[in-house]
Amino acid sequence: MVFNSELLKKIVMVYGPSSREHLIREVISNEIKDHVDELSTDALGNLIARKKGPGKKVMISAHMDQIGLIITDIDKDGFLRFGNIGGISPAVTFSQRVIFENGTVGAIYSEPVEDLSKLKLEDMYIDIGAKTKEEAEMSVSIGDICVYHADYSENSNVVFTPYLDDRVGCFVAIEALKSIQTTENDLYFVFSVQEEVGLRGARTAAYGVDPDFGIAVDVTIHGDTPKAKRFAVGLHKGAAIKVKDNSVISHPVVRERLVHLAKEKGIPYQMEVLEFGGTDSGAIHMNKTGVPSGVISIPTRYVHSTVEMASKEDITNCVALLTAYLEERL
Amino acid sequence: MLLKKLTEACGASGNEKEVRDIIIHEISPFVDSVRIDGIGNVIAYKSGKTPAAGRVMVTAHMDEVGLMIKEIDSAGLLKFLTVGGIDKRVLVSKTVVVGKDKIKGVIGSKPIHLQKRNEWTKVLDINELYIDIGASSREEAEKIVSIGDYAVFDTQYEEFGDDRIKAKALDNRVGCAILVELLKSSIDTEIHGVFTVMEEVGLVGAGPAAYTVEPDVAIILEGTICYEMPDLDTYDIPTVMGNGPAISLVDRATIYDAAFRKRIVEVAEKNNIKYQYRKTSMGGNDSGSIHTSKTGCITTAISVPTRYIHSPLSVISKFDYDNTLALVKAVISDLEKEAL
Repeated sequence: MVFNSELLKKIVMVYGPSSREHLIREVISNEIKDHVDELSTDALGNLIARKKGPGKKVMISAHMDQIGLIITDIDKDGFLRFGNIGGISPAVTFSQRVIFENGTVGAIYSEPVEDLSKLKLEDMYIDIGAKTKEEAEMSVSIGDICVYHADYSENSNVVFTPYLDDRVGCFVAIEALKSIQTTENDLYFVFSVQEEVGLRGARTAAYGVDPDFGIAVDVTIHGDTPKAKRFAVGLHKGAAIKVKDNSVISHPVVRERLVHLAKEKGIPYQMEVLEFGGTDSGAIHMNKTGVPSGVISIPTRYVHSTVEMASKEDITNCVALLTAYLEERL
Repeated sequence: MLLKKLTEACGASGNEKEVRDIIIHEISPFVDSVRIDGIGNVIAYKSGKTPAAGRVMVTAHMDEVGLMIKEIDSAGLLKFLTVGGIDKRVLVSKTVVVGKDKIKGVIGSKPIHLQKRNEWTKVLDINELYIDIGASSREEAEKIVSIGDYAVFDTQYEEFGDDRIKAKALDNRVGCAILVELLKSSIDTEIHGVFTVMEEVGLVGAGPAAYTVEPDVAIILEGTICYEMPDLDTYDIPTVMGNGPAISLVDRATIYDAAFRKRIVEVAEKNNIKYQYRKTSMGGNDSGSIHTSKTGCITTAISVPTRYIHSPLSVISKFDYDNTLALVKAVISDLEKEAL
């Protein structure tokens, strides 16, 4: 399988923080519309793409939304104050550039602090170079949300860019969707909203789809860098099959089938036991009377930074594993 | 007077009956139907002259923060725990009423004379406080109160200054009062008016209510944080008293829909209604449960700025109250014209 760098680069660069996913939704819609039977959007903005089949309903969920910063105040000199949308680290955020939906770019800095390690988001502001409040208000309004503004890079081994979380999951879902010609199963690919603020989109999407099985595709963290916290997932070691995180214990039926398929088809894989965090399966598996659910994770270094890094081999293996899972009759 | 009646009623989370009875009595002649659901929410329907473009639900929670009796000691003093997020620093020496019979009590503690020097500088732990109901033995106390009884602050409604109201539980009887007035008024658009239970202990009632009503659009009415000392920077002030209804941006339970917010602002400007944004992402309200119910819906929260919430007394401005009611009415009549 050829690694489609062009598609990944395109989708990581599209604006779409939690609750403002309309632009990325349009890009993904256009990318997949010729490969699916039905396409719809629900009240919260989830994109739901159906590839019809006679068998069980499977909901595949990759979230479109990104972490970001929401503007809460514009001061008299035109500096912007903000709150977090999702898990924003002050240390990562300090001295980054950010971009708004309308293309306005700003720089993040902080009030003078004695000890940078004690930096809080409340001490920081966005400087868009405006001379006055009035000038700032011509570009930005209270309630606007901005995202990190940084470049996409890659070499033969890895890609590193902001927002692999979870545009790489969207990428894996899109590539699997395109590679499946016919399916025994009734597939609902959901590109979900508001995962970063608490799996909110997956919850309403699951209610609407009412699946028999759920599978989320999302990034997971790493344990393979200098003095990293012990964690048995690393780059270039294959697709990660989740055993648990803080939102879900993968259903053994789903987990064992993924392992079985990986072995059978010679797809490198690793098992993931994560002691915190969560992803869309956390919401899907508790839908209505319960849904057996699992997760395919893309091992990723430096999650929620602007240099999130993943292995091209691992990404390709995740596509292969997801495709294998969806093609066989469940 | 409605707000006096509502704020002087006892209604800690899980014990909303007294508030619910007042509300049902007030609204019944003015709505097409009203019922109580399985968890205790009031769900009312008012048909209006024209159907709305989508199903509109307006909600306010009935419950308030309070205390619950957990033990009666040998001296007849009551040990308690908090129901909802009460600032424990404000409890000492406050008057409360306990149980259905509203037994008067005082929250007591060790006098300052007997406190050790290091106790002066720290807040008394809740285990060091008790409610004194004037009983002198467990047996005597047990005749008038029971373990599991609720207690709420004993605060009288009062108007002061040119424009201010002080009362307990303005969070969220102010939202209830506005919703009652809305349902009693001659609005043209059909709405579902919902008064929820147990918001203060985790948005409990709103989920079942939304599950039943299945709204397309929900408007949550609240009394929200207000704090505006002159030495604060503008970004540290969540809302300003007298600047009108506060429209929410984001909180820990919801990112409010930007398109709906823009429309509300346009409606406010067109109708010359003073408004402000709620400039903090702390807190959360029933919207969190409502917007993720079933296949989801669009929500907004419109709040009356309320000083000293979650304490024995809170303060609002009549100007803000009137403008919140005016804005909600204008938004609902705008929704009649065009769906979101």
